[in-house]
Amino acid sequence: MSENPAFDRITAEIAETPVVLFMKGTPAFPQCGFSAAVVQGLSQIGVEFKGVDVLSDPSLRQGIKDFSDWPTIPQLYVKGDFVGGADIVREMIESGELVVMFKDKEIGMAQA
Amino acid sequence: MAMESEEISRLIKEGIPGAEVTIADMRGDGDHYAARVVAAEFKGMPRVRQHQMVYAALQGRMGGELHALALETSAPSDS
Repeated sequence: MSENPAFDRITAEIAETPVVLFMKGTPAFPQCGFSAAVVQGLSQIGVEFKGVDVLSDPSLRQGIKDFSDWPTIPQLYVKGDFVGGADIVREMIESGELVVMFKDKEIGMAQA
Repeated sequence: MAMESEEISRLIKEGIPGAEVTIADMRGDGDHYAARVVAAEFKGMPRVRQHQMVYAALQGRMGGELHALALETSAPSDS
């Protein structure tokens, strides 16, 4: 019901799925190195996530940038909160912060 | 269109007065940069907000003419 129709879809996506990655391409076939790096990082942690391909929908591609006030893709959302883009996610994986955050938010991971 | 690293540095310093900015041209192609920005204003600010401040200083160029800028931000004391 917002002025931007893409916002409704984004709001629904991040409400329905605990970990959502807005990305270029799909987790199996990322179309950009930055998206691929985040997919790889999340996969290593063993967290289940949904990839939303912004290339499949131009309104979503611009809409997610406006929604998050963030100029680049990929963008990671956890339990409805914007976590960051490729740089922040990489830093958080390297420092272990991301694993701590998933634990805090009670999101299951394959690794111990 | 590519941007010069001096231009990136200038914009960030204008937007965040007192910031220390280090820019590296990752591939030497004028299109893939890495920036380290250290600013007192970042203290106690979530990382997302720190990056948003840098993006705001770049006035919409990020994701446009500036294709790839890897960002690392911190306050002076924590590194």
